[in-house]
Amino acid sequence: MEKLNFIEQFRTFRRNCLSQGDSVVPTIVVPAGTCGRASGANELIRVIEQELADKGLTEKIGLRVTGCHGFCEMEPYILIEPEQTFYPKVDPAEIPNIIEAVVRGDVLEDLLLKDSESGRIMQKQDDLPFFNKQVRTILSRNERIDPVSIESYISIGGYSAMVKVFENGDPKWVISEVKASGLRGRGGAGFLTGLKWKMLAEQPNGHGKFLVCNADEGDPGAYMDRSVLEGNPHSIIEGMIIGAYGTGVTEGILYVRNEYPLAIKHFNIALRQAREIGFLGEDILGTGFSFDISLVKGAGAFVCGEETALIRSIEGKMGEPRQRPPFPIQKGIYGKPTAINNVETWANIPVIIEGGAEAFAKIGTKNNHGTKIFSLVGKIKNTGLVEIPMGMTIKEIVYKIGGGPAGKSEIKAVQTGGPSGGCIPANKFDISIDYDSLTEVGSIMGSGGMIVMDKNTCMVDVAKYFMNFLKDESCGKCYTCRKGTQRMYEILDDISKGKGTSAHLRLLDELAHVVKDTTMCGLGQTASNPVLSTLRYFKDEYIEHIEKKRCPAGVCKELISYSINENCVGCRACVKACPEGAISGEKKQRHFIDTGKCIKCGACRNVCKFEAVDV
Amino acid sequence: MVNLSINGLNVSVEEGSSLLEAAKYFGFPIPTLCHMDGLSPYGACRLCVVEIGEGPKAKLVSSCTYPAEEGLKVRTASARVLKARKMILELLLASCPQSKTIQDLASAYGVHRQRFRQEHEDCILCGLCVRMCEEQMMAKAIGFRGRGENRSIGTPFDIKSDVCRLCGGCMYVCPACRLRCTYNEPEKAICGACANLSPPCIEKEQFEDMMCFMDPCVACEIKKD
Repeated sequence: MEKLNFIEQFRTFRRNCLSQGDSVVPTIVVPAGTCGRASGANELIRVIEQELADKGLTEKIGLRVTGCHGFCEMEPYILIEPEQTFYPKVDPAEIPNIIEAVVRGDVLEDLLLKDSESGRIMQKQDDLPFFNKQVRTILSRNERIDPVSIESYISIGGYSAMVKVFENGDPKWVISEVKASGLRGRGGAGFLTGLKWKMLAEQPNGHGKFLVCNADEGDPGAYMDRSVLEGNPHSIIEGMIIGAYGTGVTEGILYVRNEYPLAIKHFNIALRQAREIGFLGEDILGTGFSFDISLVKGAGAFVCGEETALIRSIEGKMGEPRQRPPFPIQKGIYGKPTAINNVETWANIPVIIEGGAEAFAKIGTKNNHGTKIFSLVGKIKNTGLVEIPMGMTIKEIVYKIGGGPAGKSEIKAVQTGGPSGGCIPANKFDISIDYDSLTEVGSIMGSGGMIVMDKNTCMVDVAKYFMNFLKDESCGKCYTCRKGTQRMYEILDDISKGKGTSAHLRLLDELAHVVKDTTMCGLGQTASNPVLSTLRYFKDEYIEHIEKKRCPAGVCKELISYSINENCVGCRACVKACPEGAISGEKKQRHFIDTGKCIKCGACRNVCKFEAVDV
Repeated sequence: MVNLSINGLNVSVEEGSSLLEAAKYFGFPIPTLCHMDGLSPYGACRLCVVEIGEGPKAKLVSSCTYPAEEGLKVRTASARVLKARKMILELLLASCPQSKTIQDLASAYGVHRQRFRQEHEDCILCGLCVRMCEEQMMAKAIGFRGRGENRSIGTPFDIKSDVCRLCGGCMYVCPACRLRCTYNEPEKAICGACANLSPPCIEKEQFEDMMCFMDPCVACEIKKD
């Protein structure tokens, strides 16, 4: 690739990229992020390539392998451009038929998704309620580009925000634009990005400053950052260049967890391309401005997502938080001023510069502007990544985009914000999703995990699960965090085993408040949230466990027993499924469970089609 | 100088002092376990928490690590602080009941029982020994390993460190257990002073280099004779 030395050269380069665009021929788009590959996208790609080559169609039909588009439930799926025909859960054996249909300009209706209520066929991506209720400013770019090609990114308008900044020439303008957009940090705390940058720009620039992109995404069930890094790494680089120009920084670092090999690979490719073309390095596009980004891999500690622990980890020390002040903005990496922003925050920067702060500020509600990506997982029909404007209600996300409960039972709560967040009960689903409303109901925005729970989820078990996670992931420096999470887990474990007393409950509440109060970093200060929020909204479940020694959701093994009711038709499905041979009964006669042998695995309940197994 | 108020008293302290130093200087007692003058503040035991700020923004911070800031309002013994301290002592008592220091502190704060499952641990991981070894003895023989419930202090690979001079500084500073003796496994011992009596100090000429804290020490007494 030839290095571009002037802004004018970029324009020419961009025109070339545009003219080589594949807008004419039909293109098959295969989302192949980590999630897609896990569900078989690689096999699809192989079959499609083979098929196109065999039939000599490589010139007539394009193939684009992209990052994740968000609808992970339906993966591996393919999208046919330009009609945006959406084929869900594609079997590789169907590929020849699909390709033939593409050649004919036809659509295979049998393979399309049908609306579960009306039975209507939904051909186009935009017909799906999952997609058409979203505002996809960040994620929509994932499907339009090949993540390992800089030309592809430039052809959809990439790096033009960077050029716009260079042409303006005033770093202060960048900061004022970001400030005016009202963008708040997408990592969870919601600090105003523009303000953070202003503070960084005002720091004395004696020995250099740092900009960091925090991609140490560790919340169970959350993978927004991974998808953006995998699907559109250049947008992060562009965002960081813009940020660096505005704040006068020459060194950038991407801190990414080692568990994201594909994201690391794509980002490294993007870095190499950006250096070759001259967007990173000395004297970028002849502006005299220099900036480069290096990549640091985290060794897998959840706590390293915390700013000060992240800094220590980058310095090569043990990842443990330290006291703030001094804040990283004053003393960060190697004692130099450092601003740390989340992946999603960086991905928003080019959008703001390109479209203008005003347009960005129009999306969302007061003090909460723009869109936010959530990973919608759990007991819900449409799992995946959803990007919504701030201010949408939880109800809309869960029932309209998410399509409601996955099974037959009702949705009971939504857990947001990962282990640091809390559970929001169904009667509060009308609250709008923004930083302040979520804090008010005892949860947090967090990085964007959203776990849906139904009546078969035991809230004591949920609290216990998160506490188990936190007691392992606490760095262990603060005594109250280390011992407090262990003790909270111990008490929750006792309650789930029917050994709890009402004194336990009081102690749990007391301890949770002290842990929240006395720890140093964000992890410890929010570690009690799973306990406090479940105690607040689902205390009756705790009391049921303690007083009646019963788990209403049928999850806590020590408190439940399985039995077969009169619905049983004697199909023997459960007899075959039982790993312990605990079920007996003749064909076409009601079966029985030997509770002595039963290990309460629930296999019988899962296979029963007649709802004959009671808990 | 920085002006702040501690428990309603307006005071000024030198810039760069911690809240703990400031409070102690003006006679407000704050209990500590992981703090020692001459070692860098760490903020592990959380016993020294004080309340700062006002209204809904009031919060607890560890006074040993928090710097004195202009105009700060500090309360060293508010109800919130005392409640937290009592709970911390209860947690400490539940894990290290045999420590005299912890027993005394608990008694001073009126904590007479603990409601958790009783454990018998030797170490509260305050890290004083680690800092002593690194900052005063310039050895870095011991450090933290693991995280969360698996965190522990020891030498790399749990074998006797080459840089350890058996000075005993780690044991000298230990606030909770006082002389954690690992005699039973002399090979793994962090200090192992008693188990390793013969080789390092008695016969070696470099005894002077050892900066020994074991005073009076059995080994020295034997040498004298």
